[in-house]
Amino acid sequence: MSRYLTDRLARYAVFAGAAVSFLVLLAIAVFIFRGGLPAFKEIGIFDFLFGAVWRPGQGQYGILVMIVGSVAVTAGSLLLAVPLGIACAILLAEVAPFGVRQFLRQAVELLVGIPSVVYGLVGMVLLVPAIRQLGGPGYSVLAASIVLMAMVLPTIISISEDSIRAVPASYKEAALALGATHWQTIWRVLLPSARSGIIASVVLGMGRAVGETMAMIMVIGNSITFPTSPLSPTRTLTGNIAVEITYAGGLHRSALFATGIVLFVLILIINSIAVISLKRGGHAQNLA
Amino acid sequence: MPRISPRATQRIAMACVWGGGVITVLILVVVIGYVLVQGIPGLSLDFLLTPPKGGLAGGGGISTVIVSTLYLVGLTTVIVVPIGLGAAIYLAEYAPDNRITRLIRYGVEILAGVPSIVFGLFGFALFVTVLHFNFSILSGALTLACLLLPTMIRTSEEAIKAVPYAHREAALALGATRWQVISKVLLRTALPGIVTAIILCVGRAIEETACLYVTMGGCAAMPRSFLSCGRTLSLHIYYLAMDTRDFAGAMTTGAVLIMTILVINGITNWLSARFQRKMKGAT
Amino acid sequence: MNIRHLVKLSSLMTALVLAVALAVTGCAGGNGGQVTTITMAGSTTVQPLAEELANNFTATRSDVQITVSGGGSSVGIQAAAAGTVDIGMASRDLKPEEETLGLVVHVIARDGIAIISHPSQNVTNLTKDEVKLIFAGNITNWAEVGGADATITVYAREEGSGTRAAFEEMVMKGTAITASALLFPSNGALRTAVAGDPNGISFISFGYLDDSVKAFAIDGVAATVENAKNATYPIVRPILLLTKGEPTGKVQEFISFCLGPVGQAIVAKHYVPVI
Repeated sequence: MSRYLTDRLARYAVFAGAAVSFLVLLAIAVFIFRGGLPAFKEIGIFDFLFGAVWRPGQGQYGILVMIVGSVAVTAGSLLLAVPLGIACAILLAEVAPFGVRQFLRQAVELLVGIPSVVYGLVGMVLLVPAIRQLGGPGYSVLAASIVLMAMVLPTIISISEDSIRAVPASYKEAALALGATHWQTIWRVLLPSARSGIIASVVLGMGRAVGETMAMIMVIGNSITFPTSPLSPTRTLTGNIAVEITYAGGLHRSALFATGIVLFVLILIINSIAVISLKRGGHAQNLA
Repeated sequence: MPRISPRATQRIAMACVWGGGVITVLILVVVIGYVLVQGIPGLSLDFLLTPPKGGLAGGGGISTVIVSTLYLVGLTTVIVVPIGLGAAIYLAEYAPDNRITRLIRYGVEILAGVPSIVFGLFGFALFVTVLHFNFSILSGALTLACLLLPTMIRTSEEAIKAVPYAHREAALALGATRWQVISKVLLRTALPGIVTAIILCVGRAIEETACLYVTMGGCAAMPRSFLSCGRTLSLHIYYLAMDTRDFAGAMTTGAVLIMTILVINGITNWLSARFQRKMKGAT
Repeated sequence: MNIRHLVKLSSLMTALVLAVALAVTGCAGGNGGQVTTITMAGSTTVQPLAEELANNFTATRSDVQITVSGGGSSVGIQAAAAGTVDIGMASRDLKPEEETLGLVVHVIARDGIAIISHPSQNVTNLTKDEVKLIFAGNITNWAEVGGADATITVYAREEGSGTRAAFEEMVMKGTAITASALLFPSNGALRTAVAGDPNGISFISFGYLDDSVKAFAIDGVAATVENAKNATYPIVRPILLLTKGEPTGKVQEFISFCLGPVGQAIVAKHYVPVI
């Protein structure tokens, strides 16, 4: 076969690959929206998003509880993960000697690799009974936040570290030349300069937290109540979908797809914020 | 109020920073350690080769689960690698810098952030229901392939882009067609990076749960074909923990999973290191 | 080692993995002749029973394989009606709107629903009314029913559950289960939850009772299979296998097996047989 023919065929094949990929995205959007639109139409967007009662058996579909649940759990996990993550990022970027750095990097990579089910399992077996000692049933926002923290940590660490490293060396040298201690340089010069990257990492971590499902079902109790304290159980948007989708029919199923739309849009917004934040900082970095 | 000297502040701050590092490693050690310590005692060749007993008490082994997982991962890889690689080559080499290309890139970025359960919904709607594949390994693999596409595309594209431009120029100067440049020069040089991408996808496929929970069916029998239902190791842990009280079995399965991931991580690292060396030494 | 070696190594590893997979499958596959697969899905209550019946049925024959999945009674009913599975499993009667789906109902057992608590719970007897008020959220403290001063944690199933539907029909009778109940997707998950929570209460199928939880006596009647059989225990519901239309072939053989002496003997271990 002439090599020009091969060239031509290859070009089409390769374009097919790209086309399929794009079609996949289109297909997802189409199916999810097609599935969820009936719910929006029949229930009304306002009632759906802000309704406080979710009882499919009685035809009530308000996902406010799940939104609050997801927000609470995400906020909790970030509260724990951000200080820890930034500390580790500083450690990796500025403070640790080479050997420790390699070790810590491997450790962070391993954290990423552990499946969410394993985190959920350890959470169920260790965390929930422990938290039960503090009061409440143990299945709680606190348990979910701790489990999520472990999953969000690597994202924050790696992107923050990259951001800190990307600060021009001249900034650091100037600060040191002016007599600042190492810490003063980090705290007053490096971190503020890396701010946009760090914010992006937090936002991306947020995205990961919002999207987590299995581990959530295992430790959060799935009750359809507003969490009144870190020790109360609640339900997340993702947990809602997973627990009910297999048996839901009709309007109920449509409502679950609509929940999927809400998630999709939420992640879209979160990711866009992250990208904007990164671009503003002048770093064209690779995300996640 | 006494002023704390910068030196003292630094001491405290550094202690906090080191503390952060220690806590992070501690988390890892606790999670992995607990699972391994609880799980390895139950691990034996017997465990790997007998099927799960099912029923109320759990028990039995994980042979059928391992086979299901292998089928799933194999099928997913076969689907995602050609498509992802093709798209990566297209984006890296063929795509003109116009709006459509930017749209495709943007689409891939969005896809990367979509939560696993939303992919599950999509897979449930398209593969299980509309295409009537029912709860099966095939539905799971197709859904998983969609989820892994962005990862494959991104990592492969990076590997291809990392090849020094001089290589392309040299090949073109020698009279090669575009495809010859790609297949004989670029792909060969970027191979370690592409292999890393594939292994990355395999790793993620093994740990994915949510999208498979709603597309694979969760039965514990030996799969006869790709249209059989099944469960992966991750899903098995979930079912054991939630439905039976067989936490020992769940821990042992978890240990198997973690050891697999450690091995995959090790291979990826070794490959990356070789990639770096090759890149530095090749030119 | 260069690229050629790398490619050889990876192909070798892939071949190895495939070989192992094939070997394990081959060993378990047996004769490789015509094997019919019967798919069952639905109630988690029925699941362990179905698995035991399936294992027993296929133990002596190699031409049938039966796969059993969970998901809840509603899944079973819908999947059977849609033809997604051969046999649907349900632990409640069909609802009026489900009667028009063209399903044939086979009652293979009757099952009691036990109200369970942690083994350390002091209260051992509850009236049906007390159960209703606890699950409705009107009674919130164990002290109100004679136990320790502690808040009651209510665990329940998700709405698609047949066990929950049966419980609601026979005990709640129109009153809603409290919105603050923690919901789990299976009998086993509820049992695990209550087994770990000293203040928990929930409802599970008789078939799931083991010594990790304790069952209340309801109105003085203990939760045993005997009492379910002689109808003194008040919360009993049917166990159904559903097929779309009359069953044929191997599916019919299996259902006849379940209704026959060997199958019913298996049923009698934890449930009330129908013959």
